[in-house]
Amino acid sequence: MLQDITLGQFFPGTSFLHRMDPRVKIGLLFLLIVLVFLCNTAPTYGLLGAFTLFLMLRSHVPMRMMLKSLRPLVWIILFTFLIHLCSHPGELIAQLGPFEITKEGLQQGIFISLRLVFLILLSSLLTFTTSPLKLTDAMERILSPGKKIGLPAHELAMMMTIALRFVPTLIEETDKIMKAQAARGSDFASGNILQRLKGFVPVLVPLFLSAFRRADELAMAMEARCYHGGEGRTQMKSLKAGRLDYMACSSMAVLTGLLLYLRFSMQ
Amino acid sequence: MEELIRLEDLSYTYHAGQENERPVLKHVDLSIRRGEFLAVLGANGSGKSTLAKHLNAILIPTGGRCIVHGIDTRATEELWRIRQQVGMVFQNPDNQMVAAVVEDDVAFGPENLGIPPDEIRSRVDAALRAVGMEDYRDFAPHRLSGGQKQRVAIAGALAMETDCIVFDEPTAMLDPRGHEEVMATVKQLHRERGITVVYITHFMEEAAEAERVIVLEKGSIALQGTPREVFTQVEQLKRMKLDVPMAAEMVYRLRQKGVKLPKDVLTEEELAEALCQSGWKM
Amino acid sequence: MSIRLEDVSYTYMRGTPFEKTALQHVSLSIEEGSFVAIAGHTGSGKSTLVQHLAGLIAPTGGRVLVDDVDLSDTSRAGKAAAKEARRKVGMVFQYPEHQLFEETVEADIAFGPRNLGCSEKEIAERVHAAMELVGLDYDTYHAQPPFQMSGGQKRRAAIAGVLAMKPKYLILDEPTAGLDPAGREKMLKEIRALHKKHGFTIVLVSHSMEDIARFAERMLVLRKGTCVLDDAPSNVFRQTELLEQSGLRPPQVTRFLQMLRRKGLEVPVDAITFEEGLKAILKAVQQ
Repeated sequence: MLQDITLGQFFPGTSFLHRMDPRVKIGLLFLLIVLVFLCNTAPTYGLLGAFTLFLMLRSHVPMRMMLKSLRPLVWIILFTFLIHLCSHPGELIAQLGPFEITKEGLQQGIFISLRLVFLILLSSLLTFTTSPLKLTDAMERILSPGKKIGLPAHELAMMMTIALRFVPTLIEETDKIMKAQAARGSDFASGNILQRLKGFVPVLVPLFLSAFRRADELAMAMEARCYHGGEGRTQMKSLKAGRLDYMACSSMAVLTGLLLYLRFSMQ
Repeated sequence: MEELIRLEDLSYTYHAGQENERPVLKHVDLSIRRGEFLAVLGANGSGKSTLAKHLNAILIPTGGRCIVHGIDTRATEELWRIRQQVGMVFQNPDNQMVAAVVEDDVAFGPENLGIPPDEIRSRVDAALRAVGMEDYRDFAPHRLSGGQKQRVAIAGALAMETDCIVFDEPTAMLDPRGHEEVMATVKQLHRERGITVVYITHFMEEAAEAERVIVLEKGSIALQGTPREVFTQVEQLKRMKLDVPMAAEMVYRLRQKGVKLPKDVLTEEELAEALCQSGWKM
Repeated sequence: MSIRLEDVSYTYMRGTPFEKTALQHVSLSIEEGSFVAIAGHTGSGKSTLVQHLAGLIAPTGGRVLVDDVDLSDTSRAGKAAAKEARRKVGMVFQYPEHQLFEETVEADIAFGPRNLGCSEKEIAERVHAAMELVGLDYDTYHAQPPFQMSGGQKRRAAIAGVLAMKPKYLILDEPTAGLDPAGREKMLKEIRALHKKHGFTIVLVSHSMEDIARFAERMLVLRKGTCVLDDAPSNVFRQTELLEQSGLRPPQVTRFLQMLRRKGLEVPVDAITFEEGLKAILKAVQQ
């Protein structure tokens, strides 16, 4: 049933990755992405690969789910691999018609594909171990210095929170509306694209009307609870970086040092 | 008892001054005392929801005034003080929860008031305990039943430390279990915490739990008094197309048939007693 | 002729961590011409059950037959027959807002017949007939936008939209939710007229034991995805204990008579409607 789809891919747990401050996680993810792009040799890729694997294992997220996140991009990875495979001049190892496969090409293909794999896995690790709510919260904090230049950090975060809150409700509602129209002979599965799009009008109209009504009532309920924007507002849960986060940062510093060393002095 | 809210000759017209103007409330006078449990009964379209929305300044009267804690609701600079004192629970449990987690939702009001985080924490915990939802603090709203969602909404008002909660048909969308859940919570808050309750409903059984009932008809107060005074007016209620408590209706019909029974019977217990004393052989 | 469930089970989100069984081995049949009520508290599986009756979801185990046609038949010939059979069952959901989408009441009611491929003439006839069945005057209402009507009128328009499909079996999911007492009473009487005067088979999902007692010939009680009681309301309401376990109670008047009995008054306790209860008390008093 539609209504049981959870938003995003958060996998609840208590691993250290789950417990870390989301702001720190986002920051460290950016650092890791930079590191991914610094990799250029087998040892550097090996080091980062080992680190990624370590995180995956410690996150307690089932490996099956992690690998599933690669699936939508598997063609892109494969394509990238193939392009690199036959577009680098060097020591020839095989010839497939007009395509020359070289040793350098093979190496480069593997490296670049690995880069993509690391990027996907690392960012999925963030969404697997951080609830959408915490992400939103972290986003507000990270963006909040931007308030000075007119960036509506609070409003953006509030919008995200409400969206997160209402997505399951609206999914459930869509399911009901689709069934109500199916009971009157609506067909959502056959015909060409245009016919199918037209078939969704009887679903979209009630859905939008309902969403507007909800928005209206929600606005009233929020005002009844004294909501008047971010001004003078406090928050019950404040994010605090703890020992765990400092440890994570130190580990990342070591990793960065090691990687830079491997990259620049081992050549 | 001290007066909490006073409506003076209050009128409200939708789209006032326009072609499609529609008067909804007409010259209503009402005084709500601190700590009282008042039920507002009426058919759909009688103006009861419009009345409710005046009590915390969501609507401002188009005629007359509404005074909450001595503050006229037309004084816009005092808006937040009024709303802090008079909380509101709406009909649709889904459309009043803001946050994606129960405890964050309860914290929403106090956060808006700028309360320090530690105090919000303790208020939220206390409010959730008061409505018996402390075990659901981490739940997402769509995993709760309708009755549970309404209890969370009540906790949201309690966390603002309101004196008065206005319930606008809080059970209209709930199943019987949800009705009982909400009603039990409301009664308990009134009894144990002295919360002033204004309870809008079209369910007569719920209104019968109140200390005082007013019945609205076409925007005016048609009947008021204790539940006994109101619900024994069987003919009047029927004319206004409202339900009558079963016992009152039974007495009304039995008396029509010539059975000697007292007129002011309200509960089933009382009817049973009256029947026992009517010389019915045991 | 009947809608028959044979050993029907249904599990939501099968094969995921969110798996949830909503129906377990339910077998029952709704005979043509009957008025059946379905009761059970939220989560008992009653909405899943009625969606099976209407062929809106396919069982994960067992089968659903409408007039002896298997709805989940996937063979080529079977598919067309199943589609035909599904049309015999109309379903009205709880909130008319989930269904109404056209700019006028007339256009909205015409939506179903148009999907069936009816001619314009036939559509017009069906719209007129359906509006008459639910007591919506054509001249007054056909050009109205459905969103501006009152709750009761919206519901009538929604029911008309389903009746225009010309079903034999009509399933109504809590058609009185959100209406005030007068509106509830009117709606229920209209549903009874659809049954008595126009011969529709009615399946009514309701939380109100009083309404079930007054209108239904038979009631099903669901609990945790199984059908625990299936009998005439007067018999079902005697099963106080089973009812209690299912989160339900006999009608108020029945409970009142039981209370009189406990107080030692000689009164029969088999009345389930107000009028029956009144008669029973009157008779006992006059003796």
